[in-house]
Amino acid sequence: MAEITYREALRDALIEEMDQDPDVFVMGEEVGVFQGAYKVTEGLLDRFGEKRVIDTPIAEEGFVGLGAGAAMTGLRPVVELMTVNFGMVAMDQIANHAAKISYMFGGRLKCPMVIRAPGGGGQQLTAQHSHCLDVWFAYIPGLKVVAPSVPSDAKGLLKTSIRDDNPVMFLEHLALYNTKGVVPEGEHTVPFGEADIKRAGSDVTLIAHSRMVLYALQAAAQLSEEDISVEVIDLRSIRPLDAETLVHSVQKTHRCVIAEEEHRSFGVNAEVAATVYEEAFDYLDAPIERVGGVEVPMPYSKPLEQAVIPSPEKIVDAVKKTLYL
Amino acid sequence: MRRNSARDAREESSDQVADMELPVRDSGDLANYDKDQLIDFYTSMLYVRRFEERVAEMYLRAKIGGYCHLNIGEEATVVGTLKALRDEDYFFGSYRVHGSAIVRKLPHGTVMAELFGKRDGCAKGRGGSMHLVDPERRFMGGYGIVGGSIPLSTGVSFAIKYRGTDEIVMSTFGDGATNIGAFHEALNIASLWKLPNLFICTNNQYGMGTSVARASAVTELWKKGVAYDIPGYKVNGMDVLAVYQLTKKLVEEVRRTSEPIFVECVTYRYRGHSMADAGKNYRTADEIDEWRERDPVESFRLRLLEGEIFTQKDADDIEEAVLAKVQTAVDFAERSPFPDVAELEKFVYAEDA
Repeated sequence: MAEITYREALRDALIEEMDQDPDVFVMGEEVGVFQGAYKVTEGLLDRFGEKRVIDTPIAEEGFVGLGAGAAMTGLRPVVELMTVNFGMVAMDQIANHAAKISYMFGGRLKCPMVIRAPGGGGQQLTAQHSHCLDVWFAYIPGLKVVAPSVPSDAKGLLKTSIRDDNPVMFLEHLALYNTKGVVPEGEHTVPFGEADIKRAGSDVTLIAHSRMVLYALQAAAQLSEEDISVEVIDLRSIRPLDAETLVHSVQKTHRCVIAEEEHRSFGVNAEVAATVYEEAFDYLDAPIERVGGVEVPMPYSKPLEQAVIPSPEKIVDAVKKTLYL
Repeated sequence: MRRNSARDAREESSDQVADMELPVRDSGDLANYDKDQLIDFYTSMLYVRRFEERVAEMYLRAKIGGYCHLNIGEEATVVGTLKALRDEDYFFGSYRVHGSAIVRKLPHGTVMAELFGKRDGCAKGRGGSMHLVDPERRFMGGYGIVGGSIPLSTGVSFAIKYRGTDEIVMSTFGDGATNIGAFHEALNIASLWKLPNLFICTNNQYGMGTSVARASAVTELWKKGVAYDIPGYKVNGMDVLAVYQLTKKLVEEVRRTSEPIFVECVTYRYRGHSMADAGKNYRTADEIDEWRERDPVESFRLRLLEGEIFTQKDADDIEEAVLAKVQTAVDFAERSPFPDVAELEKFVYAEDA
């Protein structure tokens, strides 16, 4: 069991899948000669050549659509969006084409494409480059949406995504690329639709995904010093959503907090909260607390930006609120 | 041969274009064609015409719902382009795609059944008029977002090149699509990566009710590929032989060179944009009449009669056979049951298919 970075875990998954399946190729802005804007694809061009590691023009609608078309013939493109923010430029191809290829053609065509895209705030990238947009994609039936928080899930979910026969939005986080974790060597996949209990606890269920899982774990560690036992659940997969694991946990703890990085309203947290209310209402001893980003376009100035993004401290406060502390 | 500049492309294309001007010019000696092929062209065009007329009737009888866009008036373009493809070549359509589907030999009952929203429709009742499909005939679908299928079509041509096979992709769209971003991004990439796409622009003069001149800074649409170093051609889209002759040559050129080519077919739709549009607010009755005088089906019938390719009796027999065939499509659609609502969520994901 090696300890590697999230970035290396992603790269290992790409290399292993490309080694196994000649139909897998990587495409996107700066993935080849530049070695990847965030270096996930570093070394891939040398290893696999120009045919399978393809630099595109700055034309997200064009190359995402091209990826979807290639996938319709059975190839397995892994398309990188330099940031998920550019996904908005390609939204027509993602949501109104790729996601609907199977259904609107009565299952006669499929679109096994992965779109990798990092997002998230905290690097002073300001209003147009700091979104997560998880919920934009999760809203669309036909897409699968995953957002790993740790290297082992990053590797396992990426391999599962590449082998899946549907379009998958694989949402990475800029702040996670350098984080390290233990990753099983050799064949390692993580199934879709299975949340992961990252820390077991008994007093409060704390649900998060992507970077917020790390903040949730920090909050849980801090709260344990006050003898508050928090169960941290990592969604990992947003669509399909593992309602069962969430509900079981809330049935045990009777309290629920959801932390999400993006704007607090209309987010993944809203869907998770509704699910818990629908399926575990009678078990709740306090209203669900949602921790989310402040609803402004991301500002530049460091203290302003930090005030937007949920912090471990805000999560601690929310947990205590559910305990009426 | 690649053109090195826009000017070269324009000059060279101009020389090669047989039918730059309307009205219809003779597009070659009938004697150059096999008699059966000429009759097949005529029969196919007539079939599209009668099929679409029947679709209109079924729409008015509420057998067909939603958006419903007809190919009436565009038969020469539909038949001339599609007949130039080999079976293994791929086709992408826009939302006006009934004619292309039946010329591509999708089982015609499954096309009508799809319009009826029936279980035996080619998209199992999930797609309707705009989303006809048949992967087995490499008919990669009709698409409802203007220009949206063009990037997808470059993906298939990319896949052809990736696998090293020699099919080509015919990517069709209307005049309105040449103004949207997806078109420009896809053409740039197709040219940059030398992808085997034949881009067919069906210029029927209007994007809904907005004329080409009111929507496009460049009204000679074939020039729009030239910006991406894609050779452009313009052809009289009311003349099936002109369309076929040019398309056939270019299909094989794309196959040989693996480089994209752009063709503008100048044609007209007699009906409105869709069944919900009477087609009168934005054009004159005289204009429609003027185009009807060059009717692709009727003018070709006269040519075949004059050329003694067939007799009026033959034409009458064809008419009768075509009407009977359309009837079988309607009968098939009528007989097919509606899809089971219990299977509503089937096909959202590939594993449910």
